[in-house]
Amino acid sequence: MAILTCKDLCFAYDGSTVLEGVNFSLNAGNYLCVVGENGSGKSTLMKGLLGLKSPDRGSIAFGEGLKSTEIGYLPQQTQLQRDFPASVREVVLSGCLNSLGRRLHYNDEDKKRALFNMERMGIEDLADKSYQALSGGQQQRVLLARALCATKKLLLLDEPVTGLDPIATGEMYNLIKLVNLCDNITVIMVSHDIHAAARYATHILHLGQKQLFFGTSAQYRESALARRFLGGNRI
Amino acid sequence: MNEFLHMFSFHFMQRALLVGGLISLCAALLGVSLVLKRYSMIGDGLSHVGFGALAIASALHVAPLAVAIPVVVVTAVLLLRLSQNSRIKGDAMIAIISSSALAIGVICVSVTTGMNTEVSSYMFGSILSLSRSDAILSALLLFVLFYPRLFAVTFDETFSKATGTRTELYNTLLAVLTAITVVLGMRMMGALLISSLIIFPALSAMRVCRSFKSVVLCAAGLSLLCFTVGTIASYLLDTPAGASIVAANLLAFCACCLIGKK
Repeated sequence: MAILTCKDLCFAYDGSTVLEGVNFSLNAGNYLCVVGENGSGKSTLMKGLLGLKSPDRGSIAFGEGLKSTEIGYLPQQTQLQRDFPASVREVVLSGCLNSLGRRLHYNDEDKKRALFNMERMGIEDLADKSYQALSGGQQQRVLLARALCATKKLLLLDEPVTGLDPIATGEMYNLIKLVNLCDNITVIMVSHDIHAAARYATHILHLGQKQLFFGTSAQYRESALARRFLGGNRI
Repeated sequence: MNEFLHMFSFHFMQRALLVGGLISLCAALLGVSLVLKRYSMIGDGLSHVGFGALAIASALHVAPLAVAIPVVVVTAVLLLRLSQNSRIKGDAMIAIISSSALAIGVICVSVTTGMNTEVSSYMFGSILSLSRSDAILSALLLFVLFYPRLFAVTFDETFSKATGTRTELYNTLLAVLTAITVVLGMRMMGALLISSLIIFPALSAMRVCRSFKSVVLCAAGLSLLCFTVGTIASYLLDTPAGASIVAANLLAFCACCLIGKK
């Protein structure tokens, strides 16, 4: 059964359509990369999936008991967060926000989950360090650990490697793939890095104000669209 | 020393220290969130609106707080909303609203009663006019109860919203608490100085502490310390209370900068 199905999605800002005709569905454990140029509607689709923007037409349906508030989201970093005084533990723990329910404060179970996810990301030594003192790659791992606290099923990553050096980028991709394979967590990633997308993802969604392509990475590599997008080079 | 002890025997001083301490504590806690969300100027804007409201209330001979609190609460909610959606940027909007409110207040005062001691105490504060501690206590309680959610909303609003937190609710809560603190605090600090009570402790704490919890605790502690030192100094040296508290906060900020540099 599909974990996520989008049917004929259409988004508009102030009456002008920015994205239309999006039809795709994902099964548990899939790894989808959303690619496209700037302004192609990638971020809008993200907002739609997170429930931050409601679609003008069409529907988004979650399967397998997933609620829209149980998505682990890794947003693009803002300048605000880079100099925010917070310890790594505090940031990761705030990922447990959606399991608070009617409780006011985090309980031991939440704290255990935060610790477990810090261990998974290899940042447990940094737990009491200040978030703003970390390197870009470490900060992204903290945010990924936070996202993992919020979900057991679906991760949404918005350009998770922007601004990282090649080594940190590679580590980030490997961590994401590891989580995807070991825990069978479905991953949806918005990315500019088309080469990495084709290498790590199982499926590709190519947007250009409408859905230009959806299929497996293997099919995408053979498509004319991919060749044009990459400037004639095959991947 | 005798004079120092004598100070505490006055009933008005005991009350001033208690209520003022609570207000300082509250302002410091809210200040951490406001400064980090880049809303530092809201306290300043609200205090001017508060002054306008108090001036009109005193001209109409109605209870000042009954007018000022609702007016300032509504303004606070509007300002937070506007700074997110409006075409006029948040800081410009605050400047427009606060100077307009101040102007209306001043006109209102000059047409009716003239500049009397009551109005002057709204401008520059008076430690003697402190009253309500119940409102402040409930503001403190709300902050402690919703601490995890307020942290999440302050750190990353989008993430909190995506995981199903009603961020607007908590932003509104923050705005309402700030409004109440500003209105009650401006009677002690004066409309011109209350924003420093919100901004200084948070900024000082952020120089030396690196986690959110320690910043909150440090800001609260510093705020209480500066309030006490400022009030005592104002009594002993016969200086205005509000200004003395701000001066104490300034000294603490400089000290924190020096410590943080090391």
